[in-house]
Order: sequence, then structure tokens, then C-alpha cells
Amino acid sequence: MSGGPIYGLILAGGASTRMRRDKAALMYQGKTQLDRAFELADRHLDKVFVSLRAEQRLDRTRAQRPMIVDSIAGEGPIVGIRSALAAHPESAWLVLACDLPFLSDTAVEGLLRGRDPNALATAFKSAHDGLPEPLCAIWEPAAAEALAVYQAAGGHCPRKFLMRHAAHLLEPADPRALDNVNTPEEYAQALATFDNLSPMQLKIQYYALMREQAGRSEETLETSAATPADLYTELAARYGFTLSREQLKVAVNSEFSDWSRRLAANDAVVFIPPVAGG
Amino acid sequence: MNFRFIQTAINTEAARRELQDLGAGGYASFEGWVRDQNEGQEVTRLEYEAFQELAVKEGDRIVAEALRRFPVKHALCIHRVGSLGLGDMAVWVGVSSAHRGEAFDACRFIIDEVKHRLPIWKKEHYRNGDSGWVNCERCAAEPQHSHAADHQRIASEPV
Repeated sequence: MSGGPIYGLILAGGASTRMRRDKAALMYQGKTQLDRAFELADRHLDKVFVSLRAEQRLDRTRAQRPMIVDSIAGEGPIVGIRSALAAHPESAWLVLACDLPFLSDTAVEGLLRGRDPNALATAFKSAHDGLPEPLCAIWEPAAAEALAVYQAAGGHCPRKFLMRHAAHLLEPADPRALDNVNTPEEYAQALATFDNLSPMQLKIQYYALMREQAGRSEETLETSAATPADLYTELAARYGFTLSREQLKVAVNSEFSDWSRRLAANDAVVFIPPVAGG
Repeated sequence: MNFRFIQTAINTEAARRELQDLGAGGYASFEGWVRDQNEGQEVTRLEYEAFQELAVKEGDRIVAEALRRFPVKHALCIHRVGSLGLGDMAVWVGVSSAHRGEAFDACRFIIDEVKHRLPIWKKEHYRNGDSGWVNCERCAAEPQHSHAADHQRIASEPV
């Protein structure tokens, strides 16, 4: 990967007007959404910060984490993004909104892999309307100046900014990953979805190098991993697998599978390292 | 089933008989043997391991593809798993057909696809006491180097 470092920025300065409760503090699977988004970014990046307004500094949900306090006048997520670009001008920023509970490791990996450091930003296309998704995106250092000009001219919408400027757009890795939760009704639906999703039992079989590194030939485990990609991230962290996911194929129920397939209870998963028959 | 695994020595005479056909003017076969060295290391034995549930399905699909692509009579592939010594036969492919050209072509197609598509792995044991999973250990040391393409490529390298 070329370009400078990438830090993570979790946007938690929003007013949560429609939710009527702090979106960062909403609980999913026993954790606040702020913690879930932070930990997700932290699995892929060296440094992650929480973006917030000055009056949120002592807020209990936010105070535990490294923070970047808004240093620029104005409102909305553009202020948080510009403040981060000003705080570390050499770094690009993986920006994540705090209302994307279905955001997955697969989506973050896809964004990092698809990054074009020569564009002002790399973003997914919305699965709904094909427009750029600015709040799950990588913003490059060169965006700082263009954002300042845009804001000075009265602009405040990061999506419109990305539509006008040269953003590198990627197909969504998982259509649901970017579904955001803005209202109490959407929160209730999201919780119901998580109840249906997790935790579920999966059977994992290991072969060859994977078997030796896992120290077992099979296991049944409870997981909330939604896809084989998420499951591999979880198991690679547990067992220290030396092969990266790009070097593997995966099979579900004894057939080759996509990494983004949605897993179901009792699925049997096999990770397939580079083969050497004959 | 036109693809199968076996734990013991492959009986090529019996396998060849399965391909006999009065319309066939000939038969071509390929045998893969355990070699005494690989990439500069002295090999003493090999262990083959397979994800058999998937490998037999995919192996059957490979042979079916060969039967569609080439006008041949019959085709069969047998792969051995377990511990093999130097000179042992690891894999056998046989094809019978009216004319020799298609028999050679189909045989080559099957072994190339088997090597690159089937979930089969081999661990080499070396004279110096080391061992390693072929195609896995070195790419683990160079994670930026992807072998994903190898899974799909139709290869032309010899066994």
C-alpha cells in the first residue's frame, strides 16, 4: 500500500436528533456502538481516535478513548473530518460513522484494499442509490484544502463533496454493512436482526497447515461472525494463522463459497490453504 | 465416480481395465511419483492430506469437464493419501479414446486441473529433519505474495 499512514476516526460528535438518544451510546450485543466501531477500526489500524465536540470531552461513553476535539467552526461530520486532517496532516483517515452497527471486518478490509491514495477519498457506493458513502470512507491528506474551500463556500454535506470531487468509488462489500440506524424504529429493527444472527454454532474443520496451527482438526464454536471473512479474522486472531485471507479459499458445507456469504447456524466451514495435489 | 481417493498403493492394472472399450483405439495414462528432492531440499517422504468431501466432488467435475471437452471414451483419476515413500505413486490418470491425440490431451488436462483445484496438501519431510507444507510455508513468510491465482490457474508445469 502506498501513501502515508492511515489512522481511524470514529465520528461521535453528532446530535442524534432523530434518535432522541445518543447514537454512540446505543447498545448492541452488550457493547456501545462507539466501542464496537472503535474496536473494529482498531483491528485494522495502528491508531484510532474518537471525533467529538469540545463539550463532549468528559462524556462517559467517549472519555476512555484517544480523542480529536473539533478545532474548526461549523457543524456536521465535515468539521470532525477537517479537525482530524488538521491534527495529523500527514495521515489519511479511515472515517467511520457511529450509526453503522452492521459494519464488518470485510467492509473495512475492502476499503483498505481498494484505497486509491491519489484520489481525495476512497468510498463505497451506496447499495441503495449508488452515491458515495462519505462516513465509511478513507479521506486522504489532500482533501483538507478542498474541504476548507467547500466549507468556506457554504457547503456542509460530505456526500455532495465526494460527488463533486474525484473520489475513488468501490462496489459495496456487503450490502447491509452500511445500513445506518437513525431512528428508534430502526434501532429496534437492528436489535431484532442481531437477535436472529447471533450467537450461532458453526463447525470448523482444519486441514494441513491450518490444522497444525489451530492444534485441532475440528471444533464446534459459538460465534457472531456473519461471514466466512469475519470468521477467519476471528480465528486468525485466536490461533495466529500465518496465512492471510487472500492466500486462502473457503468452503461452506463442502462446496467452495464466497467470503461474503452470510453464514447460517450449523454451517460447516473449511479454510483451504494453497493446494499441492499430484 | 470418475475420481477417488485411496489409502494404499494404486492398482493401475485394475484401474486400466475400467477404461476398456471396444471403440477405443488406445489409452494414455499419467503417473505422479514421489521424487527425492524439491527446490534444492532432499526429500525422504511425503504425507498427503485431502478435504475429501469437497475433493471428490471437484475431482468428479474435472473428469466430467474433460469428457465434455475432448472426444474420449472413458477417464478416471485416483489420488493416494497418507504417508508415501520415495518412488511411490501419488496419483494416476487414465483416458481411453478412439485416437491417441485426445487421450493425451484429456490426460494432461485432468492432471493439471487436479493439481490446482483440488483441496489436497502435501507435507515434505527432508533429510535434514525439517518438514514443510508445499506452497504454504514460504508464502506465509511473504504475506504480500498471493497464491490465490494458483488455485484457479490452468497450469502447464510438470508434476
